[in-house]
Amino acid sequence: MTTSNARSNTPSDPNITKANKKMNNVNTSTGQHNSSNESLGSQYLGKQSVVQKLAALGSLRVVIGFLLISAFYVTFCNITFSPGSFFHVSDYTVSLFGKYLCYALLALAIDLVWGYCGILSLGHGAFFALGGYAMGMYLMRQIGDRGVYGNPDLPDFMVFLNWTELPWYWAGSSSIFWMVAMVFIGPGLLAYIFGSLAFRSRVSGVYLSIMTQAVTYALMLAFFRNEMGFGGNNGLTDFKEILGFSLQEPSTKLGLFVATAIALAIGYMVSDFIVKSKMGRVVTAIRDAESRVRFVGFKPEHYKLWIYVVSAMLAGVAGALYVPQVGIINPGEFSPLNSIEMVLWVAIGGRGTLYGAVIGAIVVSYAKTRFTAIMPEAWLFALGGLFVLVTLYLPKGIAGLLPKLLGKNIPEKHDPAQQVNDTSKGSNNHTQNEHKNPEVQS
Amino acid sequence: MLRTLSIFICCLLAWQCVANDIVVTASPNKSVVSGNSSETSNKKVKAIASSELTVLFKKLPVTKLSKMLLLIEQLSATKTPQAKHAFQYLLDGELFYLKSNKMVVHAQLIENKQYQLTDVLTNTPLNVVAKNKIKKIRTNNRLRGKLRSLLAQFDLTDPDKNVRIIAVKQLLDKPNQTGIDTITQLIDNEKDSEVKELMAVTLLVERLLNGDNATKISAIKQLKTSLEPSVLNAMTMQLANIAKPTPTQPLSPEDKALKASLNKAIADIDGRKGVFEFAENLFFGISLGSVLLLAAIGLAITFGVMGVINMAHGEMMMLGAYTTYVIQQAFPQLIEYSLLMAIPAAFLVSGLVGIAIERGVIRHLKGRPLETLLATFGISLILQQMVRSIFSPLNRQVLAPEWMSGSWQINPIFSLTFNRLYIIIFSLMVFVTLLMILKKTSLGLHVRAVSQNRDMARALSIKSDWVDAITFGLGSGIAGIAGVVLSQLTNVGPNLGQAYIIDSFLVVVFGGVGNLWGTLVAAMSLGAFNKFLEPVTGSVLAKIIVLVGLVLFIQKKPKGLFPQKGRSTD
Repeated sequence: MTTSNARSNTPSDPNITKANKKMNNVNTSTGQHNSSNESLGSQYLGKQSVVQKLAALGSLRVVIGFLLISAFYVTFCNITFSPGSFFHVSDYTVSLFGKYLCYALLALAIDLVWGYCGILSLGHGAFFALGGYAMGMYLMRQIGDRGVYGNPDLPDFMVFLNWTELPWYWAGSSSIFWMVAMVFIGPGLLAYIFGSLAFRSRVSGVYLSIMTQAVTYALMLAFFRNEMGFGGNNGLTDFKEILGFSLQEPSTKLGLFVATAIALAIGYMVSDFIVKSKMGRVVTAIRDAESRVRFVGFKPEHYKLWIYVVSAMLAGVAGALYVPQVGIINPGEFSPLNSIEMVLWVAIGGRGTLYGAVIGAIVVSYAKTRFTAIMPEAWLFALGGLFVLVTLYLPKGIAGLLPKLLGKNIPEKHDPAQQVNDTSKGSNNHTQNEHKNPEVQS
Repeated sequence: MLRTLSIFICCLLAWQCVANDIVVTASPNKSVVSGNSSETSNKKVKAIASSELTVLFKKLPVTKLSKMLLLIEQLSATKTPQAKHAFQYLLDGELFYLKSNKMVVHAQLIENKQYQLTDVLTNTPLNVVAKNKIKKIRTNNRLRGKLRSLLAQFDLTDPDKNVRIIAVKQLLDKPNQTGIDTITQLIDNEKDSEVKELMAVTLLVERLLNGDNATKISAIKQLKTSLEPSVLNAMTMQLANIAKPTPTQPLSPEDKALKASLNKAIADIDGRKGVFEFAENLFFGISLGSVLLLAAIGLAITFGVMGVINMAHGEMMMLGAYTTYVIQQAFPQLIEYSLLMAIPAAFLVSGLVGIAIERGVIRHLKGRPLETLLATFGISLILQQMVRSIFSPLNRQVLAPEWMSGSWQINPIFSLTFNRLYIIIFSLMVFVTLLMILKKTSLGLHVRAVSQNRDMARALSIKSDWVDAITFGLGSGIAGIAGVVLSQLTNVGPNLGQAYIIDSFLVVVFGGVGNLWGTLVAAMSLGAFNKFLEPVTGSVLAKIIVLVGLVLFIQKKPKGLFPQKGRSTD
């Protein structure tokens, strides 16, 4: 935008050239200030081969390919090799991986708002859980009269509470289409209402984080109430089948795993498309310099709201796929602690890179599974320590660590704060070039 | 800096002296409620009585029925609990004596004619014996009547005022003829105005229940001012008793007058009850608000003044609560003073941990609030797990000192519990102290200077690093003090802090960041709002409504109730 402004100024106007000269002076001074970065930049250009390798690592095709191949590998090993074989992947492991992939999708959603838009949401667990509850309601209705009380219409907990009919919001929950719709509408609507209120009044930064945490906390308290009609404390559980397939069957578990892998692949592609689209670039710009974007003429709140709703829906899908694989959804999923743990996945994996979020979710969840099995006491120490260490020493997470491990003096990506400086410098340089021409002409 | 810190510690010490005073003044109050101290004053009387009692008890098995009346009167004159119990047993037919040595015992049938014996004099259990070893002490109807009235008199003439009050209240709830007669005899000699008033109310209620219409109406007029629940019960009962008017039998004019005066009196009492219920809710609300204030005020400093998000703030409170627990474990004989010791100790423990966090982590994350949030959250997890490993994940019991328990009974339906009263006073004291520190001391001046313009403050030779560390320590230390208070209200467990962190953040944001007065107003109004909502909606829903309301409010006014005015923008 600045460049177009510069262009529209006719070079013949002497006043403006004066102004331009002044600007040039300012620009050169900032340029000197940042000269060290520029020298790094020249190094960066020199090591193009490594950069290309890295870019290839994060590229869409590689990630999707890797994801689908590993999913296929797990499926293949699970089906073909007998349980005694070295290559066999047990059913338990399959559903465990399925769980991790759900987390990865969720981490992707968080990365979209945090890594690319700078909105630190401490309440994404709420969207995840809402998607999960939509699926849970559907699965609950699939039980039919096989429940403990054998009531064909009412889930067990409603019979237990002496309810005689389904509450209105359960209407239609036995239909798969309703479920799919609710997985998107439930989280999306919450995100839309909260987001439109918060972004319009320009609540941002830490305030917004605390607000999101308060929302998920309030939802947790609400879902703990029996009167809400979502099973209260116990949540929804004892599911029997999905789409007519028994949830106890290993083949169903495998199917769910594959479905999750595909969902993650689609989610990744969608996120990648969004990030690379023009909208995505505006969103990134908002992260780096919101006021500047606003002054330039965009409406940051619209972009923020849009990406927030998309992210919430992704989280909802992750929740919906998660529930049949673990067999339960309860209000504990809303707890603020859960939401913060999710943020940690992204922080460790590396925010601002989509593959970083996926890696972070899988690595941390795997570590959690191992840790809690071996020494449950140590897990919270490890988690807390990770929080501190990652924020202090690894602001770019594992994804930021990779270039370092590959060695070769590649400049780190800058902090958002520095990036503000950086982008401004870049655009200034642009104008500088534009302005030099008229000077030469005159 | 040290000087200012020492000033603060002096303030704390001064507070301690004041609090000690509270202990002293509280002890007379204590007797109002528990009545323990009266026992000690009665000790001398009892010592004399017990020798007399033994003699009288010895006579019990050998006295003839005709002489029994005299003996019983002598026994009742001793005014001892043993005599009272013996009367009760005698009335119930459970007073026996051992055939072998004529010892008077209380015997209870267990099974198969086996009796469990208890010494009436010392109230110690003896062995189990067969029925043929003991013999019942006989009574007759005349004796039983006498026993009943003596029993009624026993408590009503007790030297301890509280025992008398309880006895009259029992009569008020369940009136019986002997009791009413006794009161009628005793009311003129009663010296204590409180007991006398209660007795009068009891007699009036009796008249209201059993008198003719004229007495009833006059009784109602006098009862209008009483707030005893049984008075209202009696009135509603009377109202229900008045026959419904039918076309053939319209209400007699007397009944009409009675009905009108009853209705008026009930409306009157209800109105005043409403006022006191409101006052009670307000009191609960303010007490909840003062807890919120204590929890939030440390945060108001670290978040509001320094701009640092400390998610481990709740854990600082938890550390304070555990400090109280440790002190009680270390000095089990000093429970009365444990809280007073715990307050400076908790301040130091949490404050030092806070300074360590600031030096170790937060300092390196300056200007990156979201990272600070995550890092301090990590610290909070570590602290939680640490406490869980050291003290076990179970809740720990923190005892309440004697002076914290009990309540100040203002009238029959309105009382203020001492612990809440002290907490309100204490949190206001902490608030004022903090305000003074920020306004009047050089530390406060430096803190405000650094928070307003760090570079300029540094240029004026203020060590901004140290100011940060001390400010953070101060905020954390106050969280520790809040933990001491919380240990008196909730369970002390590793998750103690987590429950308060969201609330305290909302209080700070609601009040307006960087504004201590705003925090005060926000905490009190949220507390009161919550408590007024609770009777209508239930506590969980009230909490949800408050949370959602706050979230919506902050959308409307992102800078809180009292925004800081200034030119700085982000």
